[in-house]
Amino acid sequence: MSSLTLTARQTSGIGVRHVRALLRQPAFVAISLVQPVIWLLLFGQLFKSVAHLPGFTTDSYIEFLTPGIVVMNAMFGNGWSGMSVINDLDRGVMNRFLVSPVSRGAIIAGHLANSLVTTLVQSLIIIGLGMWSGARFHGGVGSVVLLLVAALLLGAAFATFSDALGLIMRKEESMIAAVTFLVLPMSFLSTLLMPSTEVTPWIKDVAAFNPVNWAVEVGRESLNANPHWGFAFSRLGFLVLLALACLGMAVRAFRSYQKSI
Amino acid sequence: MPVSATPTIDPASAHRSNADIAVRDLTKTYRGGVKALRGVTFDVAPGTVFGLLGPNGAGKSTTVKILTTLSRPDAGTAVVGGVDVVKHPDRVRRLIGCVAQQSACDLEATGFENLALQGQLYGLHGPALRARAMELLERFGLAPAAKRITKTYSGGMQRKLDVAMGLMHQPRVLFLDEPTTGLDPQARADMWGEISRLSRDEGLTVLLTTHYLEEADKLADRLAIVDAGVVVTEGTPEQLKSELRGDAVVVELADAPDAGALQAAVAETLREVAVDGRTMRARADNGAAALPGVLLALESAGFNVASATVARPSLDDVYLQHTGRTFDAASDDMKENAR
Repeated sequence: MSSLTLTARQTSGIGVRHVRALLRQPAFVAISLVQPVIWLLLFGQLFKSVAHLPGFTTDSYIEFLTPGIVVMNAMFGNGWSGMSVINDLDRGVMNRFLVSPVSRGAIIAGHLANSLVTTLVQSLIIIGLGMWSGARFHGGVGSVVLLLVAALLLGAAFATFSDALGLIMRKEESMIAAVTFLVLPMSFLSTLLMPSTEVTPWIKDVAAFNPVNWAVEVGRESLNANPHWGFAFSRLGFLVLLALACLGMAVRAFRSYQKSI
Repeated sequence: MPVSATPTIDPASAHRSNADIAVRDLTKTYRGGVKALRGVTFDVAPGTVFGLLGPNGAGKSTTVKILTTLSRPDAGTAVVGGVDVVKHPDRVRRLIGCVAQQSACDLEATGFENLALQGQLYGLHGPALRARAMELLERFGLAPAAKRITKTYSGGMQRKLDVAMGLMHQPRVLFLDEPTTGLDPQARADMWGEISRLSRDEGLTVLLTTHYLEEADKLADRLAIVDAGVVVTEGTPEQLKSELRGDAVVVELADAPDAGALQAAVAETLREVAVDGRTMRARADNGAAALPGVLLALESAGFNVASATVARPSLDDVYLQHTGRTFDAASDDMKENAR
């Protein structure tokens, strides 16, 4: 058996394990499906009138907000990925994997596959609900795909970064503190809720380096009838690089974990 | 100072070239300066059960972590199945099965699913994977629970599943790190049966760590006593016990005696006389034959004997002789230190 086939089998085995564990918690599934819907409807109502500000290109705040909520959900959902790594460390499952011939990449990739399937389903629900509430993706199916790819890339970056944090911190409390510390500022230091023309200039400057904002910008382009494809793809490129860097970090985190035992 | 010499190693087994596990001068110091290993050396012959016996904190688990490629030594070499664990961890991983001290079942998955994933990690797939998983479930009496989430398993069932997972890919060498800790007596007896079957019927090489003297005595073909990161003695349980030359004689007196007078009274019949409170411990080549004379001597010297026992030497005695403390005391010390 080639090592590639073996890695593929290991990855799918670990992916199935996580999906199955998720589906066995119906309450968790229900909450994770309802939560982004509530964000969309709540923020949509809360900020409804800001769409009348001059910087908005659309009168429908829901339309403006839908890509942002897709991105926010990808970030929040995957930021907690490392919690299950900590659980596996505590339960001895991780050590059992590490003394087997499984590649460290397959452990991360299998886990990631589960996270991304979840994110994809949630994103489709948000987009569907957004459209039902009046949002229109004027760039067609291609632009929706663009938004999904951006959300999945950001989700992959957050999931692998979170896995690395889990391997390094190994304590649920530290993990909760770190993730909470990260996600809220990253959401608000972006054009997720407000267009760049309406935010304070320094926030706009910071947002240019914020991966969450890259994904939001791609999503926003997808609303336009004539998206700036070049701009969108450059932001996707950044996201690809970020996701790869986070993946590398997660694989390296295994080494630091093994040094400590 | 690293202590690598094992005083009781017999020449025939020392540096055996065909050993399935060959460990030389292994040292490991943890971050924070805890010296877990200070030069551990031993060999395990193919198809045998080798016991590492010692109290908690003696360095047994650290040794197993290094041999199973989880951790790296600071110095020394370890070869498993002919492969160096530091240089080629990937090749070692294919040869070994590991059952860690703590149960490592995925609690959200069923028994079958746990085994199936374990097999997949080693490249098993399709009907062969299913057949092997079912075979092990049958063998460990877990077949009726195969479709239940392992969260619902008893401690003994989880432990059996751990061992089954360790055997899933038919390893050549199996590591069992304290396989019966926390099990009730019935589950422990079951596990002992399984472990002896493994080496006897399947020719597996087994490295077993334990802090139960009885377990080491019962299961191990050879064993090494580990204390404070060093192997203090090694041999078959029988060899180790016979080195003590003779039976243990324990006499309980009605009142605390004068130690000097007591020793003088029994000096002709007993060796290694030690007095602790109202208890006198000593050795005799044939304890049962010596006892009437001992009792007579004590009576005539004016000591009131409450009870007397004669026991064949136990591993506890071996431990006492080599480390200067009883096994229970060492275990209690470790518990105190851990707090």
